[in-house]
Amino acid sequence: MATFQGKSILLCGVGGQGTILMSKVLTAGLVSAGYDVKMSEVHGMAQRGGSVSTQVRYGEKVYSPIIGRGEADVLVAFEKMEAVRYAELLKPGGTALINDYEIMPLPVSSGAAEYPQNTVEQMRRAFDVRLIPASEIAKSLGNIRCTNIVLLGALIRAFSLEAIDWKDALNKSVPQKALALNTLAFDAGYAFEG
Amino acid sequence: MTDPTRVLLTGNEAIARGAYEAGVTVCSAYPGTPSTEIFENLAQYKDVLYAEWAPNEKVAAEVAYGASIANARSLTAMKHVGLNVAADLVFTAAYNGVGAGFVIVSADDPDMHSSQNEQDNRRYAPFAKIPLIEPADSQECKDFIKEAYAISERFEIPVLFRVTTRISHSKSLVSLSEREEPVPARYVRNMPKYICAPGYARQHHPQLEGKLKKLEEYANSSPLNTVERKGSKVGVISASVAYQYAKEVFPEDTSFLKLGFTWPLPMDLIRAFAVSVETLYVVEELEPFLEEQLRAAGIACIGKSAIPNMFELNPEVVRHGVYGEEPKTAQLDVKVVARPPALCPGCPHRGFFYVLSKQKHYVISGDIGCYTLGFAAPLSAMDTCACMGGGFTLGMGMAKAFQMQGITDKKVFGVVGDSTFFHSGLTGAVEILYNKGNIVPCVLDNSITGMTGHQDNPGTGYTLSGEIAAKIAIEDVLKSFGYQNVIIVDPQDIAAVQKAVDDALASAVPAAIIARRPCLLIKRIRHDIGSCEVDREKCRGCKICLKVACPALHMRDGKTEIDPTLCVGCKVCAQACPFGAISRLGDSQKGA
Repeated sequence: MATFQGKSILLCGVGGQGTILMSKVLTAGLVSAGYDVKMSEVHGMAQRGGSVSTQVRYGEKVYSPIIGRGEADVLVAFEKMEAVRYAELLKPGGTALINDYEIMPLPVSSGAAEYPQNTVEQMRRAFDVRLIPASEIAKSLGNIRCTNIVLLGALIRAFSLEAIDWKDALNKSVPQKALALNTLAFDAGYAFEG
Repeated sequence: MTDPTRVLLTGNEAIARGAYEAGVTVCSAYPGTPSTEIFENLAQYKDVLYAEWAPNEKVAAEVAYGASIANARSLTAMKHVGLNVAADLVFTAAYNGVGAGFVIVSADDPDMHSSQNEQDNRRYAPFAKIPLIEPADSQECKDFIKEAYAISERFEIPVLFRVTTRISHSKSLVSLSEREEPVPARYVRNMPKYICAPGYARQHHPQLEGKLKKLEEYANSSPLNTVERKGSKVGVISASVAYQYAKEVFPEDTSFLKLGFTWPLPMDLIRAFAVSVETLYVVEELEPFLEEQLRAAGIACIGKSAIPNMFELNPEVVRHGVYGEEPKTAQLDVKVVARPPALCPGCPHRGFFYVLSKQKHYVISGDIGCYTLGFAAPLSAMDTCACMGGGFTLGMGMAKAFQMQGITDKKVFGVVGDSTFFHSGLTGAVEILYNKGNIVPCVLDNSITGMTGHQDNPGTGYTLSGEIAAKIAIEDVLKSFGYQNVIIVDPQDIAAVQKAVDDALASAVPAAIIARRPCLLIKRIRHDIGSCEVDREKCRGCKICLKVACPALHMRDGKTEIDPTLCVGCKVCAQACPFGAISRLGDSQKGA
């Protein structure tokens, strides 16, 4: 059977959390390093407060832009329950970077359902989980919106992708006025000891 | 190591780039996921090509075809269901033929990520008798578009260019080229070609059949169809993104016939490939479009007996279908709560649907757009939603049925958005008036085409390229039809919406409602943003405020709490509260 030689990264979260920008920086860096890269995301109705995901695949040669169940090497969850929602796409034993952050879905806020309390504990049973207070770190840096770049820094460390010039990738992908903050966010995420 | 001329583009960006490089000069479309970004990206080339948002897909296809007749390379693009709207033009354009190249992009949505069905528009190619091209990644999107224009002009026929969500919205590396400036022939009237009167049409049909024969010959040698000869045990015929999945699943020694030109099918090429392998698979998403043709030609193959004919494929689904392999996944014991799409905090549609949700005898015929979310719990304020424009007309049919059944307690509302009103609500508004419909047409005017990501329309006063345009007033249109009682209301004012509804139902003359407030996400408008808070002394925890379905509200310790990072201060919840427990910060000072 043909086996995919590269890596598959799944980003997931809630619409508006910045998964798309993170994938933009990530792919810019991977392309600059000479990898073949494919990225896939879904637009439209899902953006309205819904669950969102972006897939990034890289290697010498990438055919499929998407993966199926059990095929992701790493999962980056911007929200705890979203990590579980997409967990079936992650290889058993794979790495899960989880932002220690909860966003209540409408059925929970309206009282029709309860937010699950055992998300991280259950994820730990099957995966190599790294829980990161990325949104807290982003807030302490001055803007929760750079949560995505904190997570990017943590991903680069977890994946040992230091050989790539990420500062250059950030420079190409974020507005100049937000570059300083995002650089801090990247460094903080990279430095975080989980 | 890095090739500086290669850039990471989505399929949609690559199609726009390909059209630019091909010297296209006239482009018209109506937005629809997953096709929308093609035209958003064409706008950057406005110095050399004209691109517009048309009121609907039929108009768009007609404008593009007219340009082709007048010797300009032209493009139209739409989501799969848009081609149903444009089909009227496409079938006859195939008979007549084209002047300069005319390409129709259909962006299908397997899995219905953002659609009402997952129709496989490859079927339109044999039905309309036009050639079909299917790229498998962004580079092919760009390159094949250029080949599509060459084919359209060589065979004088419209070309259907079919992509799917995973082609349109996936990024892969693309090498760019320069634009080839067209040198258009001078237009000359040609009635036998471009008039579809029966006498000419009877000549067009045999001409078209002749073109299709030549196109099949071309298909057998087209550079868009390629054979990757490896082993002789297993062969795979595939096209579009399904090819990428198959490449990842089948072993190295598998031979592939990768099709980019998929109608008329290259049957000689397919026959030769089929006899060169012991076992032949056809891997395609959705319908057995290729497989049926192989079977009709007596070629044995494994297709839909292994590969599902519903929803999206991916490498795992193909692997399971072909080898029966189950993926290794972890089983977690967590009750994951759904995160259904909801109207945004401050959405102008909320107040309108909240009022309608309170009356159980109201029948609400909805339509396609952000306001479809009026169906979502706890609003649950919708009876039907089927297609663009159907809000008015499905409601009309229901009202007539109630009338024939002697049912008098049901009150029917037909609800469309502003962009949908111009798309296909106009004729429905005429129908209701002309045939005395017992239904109140309502236009939810948020002054933008919202769900597809904020495109302008004839009611916004701007064009695709951002230029100031005629702003067509919906009330003027309705009045000119004969609606003598057009009630314009701010949907954020609950009492005013209730009064508008009551007045419209009681009106002795034809009435219509326009609920008007711009979408909060429109960047060029200065919005009145604030924040509401709950007085925990006054809140009795009755949860009535939760019925407005706002993501900013939730319960904490038996009382309502408002998330200040989400709330924009629209006050719909404050108006719903029977105890005056919710107020907007700063309002009390103003009042005092």
